[in-house]
Amino acid sequence: MNNFLKVLIIPIILVSTFSTYSVQIEFHSFENPQRERLYLDLIAELRCVKCQNQNLAESNAELARDMREKTYQMVIAGKSREDVVNYMTARYGDFVLYKPPFKAKTLLLWIGPPLLLLLSIFFILKMIRNQNDQQTETITDDDLESVRNLLKSSSDREK
Amino acid sequence: MIPEIGHFALILALSIAIVQGVFPLLGSLIGRNNWVAIAKPASFAQMFFLSVSFACLLFAFLTNDFSVKYVANNSNSQMPTIFRISALWGAHEGSLLLWALTLGGWGAAVGYFSKGIPPIMLARVLSVMGLIGVGFMLFMLLTSNPFERLLQIPAEGRQLNPLLQDIGLAIHPPMLYMGYVGLSVAFSFAIAAMIGGKLDAAWARWARPWTNIAWMFLTFGITLGSWWAYYELGWGGWWFWDPVENASLMPWIVGTALIHSLAVTEKRASFKAWTILLCILGFSLSLLGTFLVRSGVLTSVHSFASDPERGLFILIFLLVVIGSSLTLFAFRAHKFRSVGIFSLVSRESGLLVNNVILIIMTATVLLGTLYPLIIDAFGSGKISVGPPYFNYVTVPLGTLLLITMGFGFFIRWKKDQPSRILKKIWIPLTVSLVAAFVLPLILISDFNVKTTLGLFLGSWVTLGALMWVVSLGRSPFKLPLSSWGSVIAHIGMAMTVIGITLVSIYDTEKDVRLEIGQSYDLAGYNFAFTNIESLKVDNYIASRATLDVTQEGKLVNKMYPEKRDYGRDQMPMTEAGIDAGFTRDLFAALGEPLGNNAWSFRIYHKPFVRWIWLGGVLMGLGGMLAAFDKRYRRTRKVIVKQTLPSSELKNSSDQVSGATA
Amino acid sequence: MNKKYFIPLFAFIALVGLMLFGLKNDPKVIPSPFIGQEAPEFTLPKLYKQDEMITATEMKGQVWVLNLWASWCVSCRAEHKVLSRLIEKMKVPTIGLNYKDYGTEEYTDEAISWLARYGNPYTAVAVDTNGSAGLDWGVVGVPETFVIDKKGIVRYKFTGPVFDQAVDEILVPLIDKLRKEG
Repeated sequence: MNNFLKVLIIPIILVSTFSTYSVQIEFHSFENPQRERLYLDLIAELRCVKCQNQNLAESNAELARDMREKTYQMVIAGKSREDVVNYMTARYGDFVLYKPPFKAKTLLLWIGPPLLLLLSIFFILKMIRNQNDQQTETITDDDLESVRNLLKSSSDREK
Repeated sequence: MIPEIGHFALILALSIAIVQGVFPLLGSLIGRNNWVAIAKPASFAQMFFLSVSFACLLFAFLTNDFSVKYVANNSNSQMPTIFRISALWGAHEGSLLLWALTLGGWGAAVGYFSKGIPPIMLARVLSVMGLIGVGFMLFMLLTSNPFERLLQIPAEGRQLNPLLQDIGLAIHPPMLYMGYVGLSVAFSFAIAAMIGGKLDAAWARWARPWTNIAWMFLTFGITLGSWWAYYELGWGGWWFWDPVENASLMPWIVGTALIHSLAVTEKRASFKAWTILLCILGFSLSLLGTFLVRSGVLTSVHSFASDPERGLFILIFLLVVIGSSLTLFAFRAHKFRSVGIFSLVSRESGLLVNNVILIIMTATVLLGTLYPLIIDAFGSGKISVGPPYFNYVTVPLGTLLLITMGFGFFIRWKKDQPSRILKKIWIPLTVSLVAAFVLPLILISDFNVKTTLGLFLGSWVTLGALMWVVSLGRSPFKLPLSSWGSVIAHIGMAMTVIGITLVSIYDTEKDVRLEIGQSYDLAGYNFAFTNIESLKVDNYIASRATLDVTQEGKLVNKMYPEKRDYGRDQMPMTEAGIDAGFTRDLFAALGEPLGNNAWSFRIYHKPFVRWIWLGGVLMGLGGMLAAFDKRYRRTRKVIVKQTLPSSELKNSSDQVSGATA
Repeated sequence: MNKKYFIPLFAFIALVGLMLFGLKNDPKVIPSPFIGQEAPEFTLPKLYKQDEMITATEMKGQVWVLNLWASWCVSCRAEHKVLSRLIEKMKVPTIGLNYKDYGTEEYTDEAISWLARYGNPYTAVAVDTNGSAGLDWGVVGVPETFVIDKKGIVRYKFTGPVFDQAVDEILVPLIDKLRKEG
């Protein structure tokens, strides 16, 4: 069944690939620049759910236009950023947000990079220390020989 | 007839690649010199037949041979010649042929410029490259043959997507492929080193220029792609963190790490296993990118026609290439004992930090790109990870990286004194701090933490590089090319960072409705709509507006934004009018007619946006200069004269022990 | 031999597993967050009696289907026969939500003539001229089909044109099951 669905859907997707390029220009008026900023930020961070991978601002798919309009209506009605985000996620899930919310299933996404950084710092320090220890303990004749050879010619043999 | 010749040449190239992939490698292991000697001529022959094949497809495009399915699907006789040529790599099948040709080209180049490399090593390198080529050509011949004929020959071909009918996008893919595929050279050197179980300074000297050149192409390719998106897509964006863009960024970051790690391996005989791993990672990420773009696993704006069956083929290919090389790594890496030791304060440590940050960046980009898939695989629904996330996590990492970069030039190898470094850096550090705080206050009377941070990092890296040249106290013209290369590349990076910072914070945009004769003010410029005309060009009809841009009454420039209609069910295209400048771009896109001689426009003011790509160009140039350093060539000659016979002997005996170990 | 050198290999194997999953997975299908939630309300004019309104609330107490369609939607035509068969067989009350179609400048009366041509299986057709009800229901693309239970909870969403196999294997058993619920 899944495959059958794909057969039906894929041609539709292919046709729409790239077709959504060309700027969409709309005129909106806002009470103040903060509202306008909020609107522009929102349409940049909300995803057009029908498109390949575009935000509302960049897409001229019909659905994106409706979603922009809805966002605009909510913004001029004085709704907060959260209100708009909640409205959209209630209908389209977290998929609609380009900035994934911080919750259990995105834990790794958000804490992964800093965690990796901390671990790396730890291992770098440990490695540099260890390497110094090793050096004093295990310098062998072989090593000395290889250093001598390295010095002797530009071609080397540090076996 | 010609397409059949092309097809046949491709099959021949595949056969040669099989020979090239099997015999020299086998010969190097069992000590048969005549098998080893096949490598070089085979690489030339493979290149030759791939060129023939490519030329045949090109001929089909130039002569509008619509009996070839691929030509009929991607080109028509109305298109200008240049785009009939670039249409060759505009879609899946042809781009694979370009991939294969590029790989063949790199192989032949390695064969040709290999005078200093021992035959055994060369044989293994070329064998590995041959095997990669086998995979790609098999893929093409089995699933995506560009020479397939149509039974019913259409009178006219289909239009190439108008977006792709652009000079920027005509040269962007070849550049990028040169970079992706170029990383296969470093990869092959790594595999050869692992087979031999030996990695020395000479090895690093061979691998370095190839890595630099590949990195240069990757840099140019990415820069070009970003620039193209900026002027062609019509909304002034230059980076979207799309999976396909990330797929090109990841090998670039790893390549950057590799360039630095190779330096340590050459000069200090350290980081050996790490360097090998980076060689593998760089090319693996290129392959992964190919898979992501063509399998339809992730949704992307730039996706090729995706096909799960092709995806499966590439996945198996990935499994063989990356899986076997990582297995080899797992069993052989312990052989590469790093000899050079270093203390906490040393250039090695600095470069280690650089490498670690770059790898964390790569891992982060990979995590963000694949996270929606991971969530989906665990059955937790669908999420999106986009620009806000990537900006959020890469900015702190980038900051750390750039701070380290500024120190880089001043730290000595092996062991250094913090007090000595401090003496060297206090001038650039103070100057850049002052500049970062004072400049925005004077010039725009504004204080913004982000601006200050960006300016500080940019000037710190630039001044660090420049002061280092000055502090050497010799004529800058006597500096080796590789030093120049790194100085220029670092300054390029700084320029890009400043450009990104300023344009992200200070760009302004406005959607306006203008009648002829009306004007609009934005960021101190006046945009007056003076004319609209209709033009028929090549294969499209354009509505072209004229905007007179004035500043304080003086004419700055005339801008001509266009809306193009390519007919044939294609959506209209926006061709932005851009007035480019060193410190700012003015950018206008034409929208819809609104009646009454009125049109909608979108106008942008983008300060310092050009620095992003100028920086990219400098980085690429830096990479190129470094690759052409005399050192790489001189060393080779010395080796040729002094040690060719003995090195051959030594290496072949080495092989035997390597094979039995 | 050092264990740490195996880390990249294992990471790669995990990655391949993920890719294998990805090949079988369609990134375009977005699950509806409404499943298990109360059906969004709408108040829309009826297609044949524009002065009469239809609401989601008045459907409560029975298992019903909401089908989003439009005369300009090509795959709706393909779906229509299959959907009619489902409605016929199950006698399930079905509201056709005519999405951004009737009453817009380009498509005046298109919806009525479309139904005249292909048959009208719907209990009622609600006209969503500007697509706001569609947006409330989280439309991604027409056609879309929702199944709502007696309590007014959305239980299932089918994205794209419904086909025979889906009717027999998913929709019919589901409607049967929901009808047995209290």
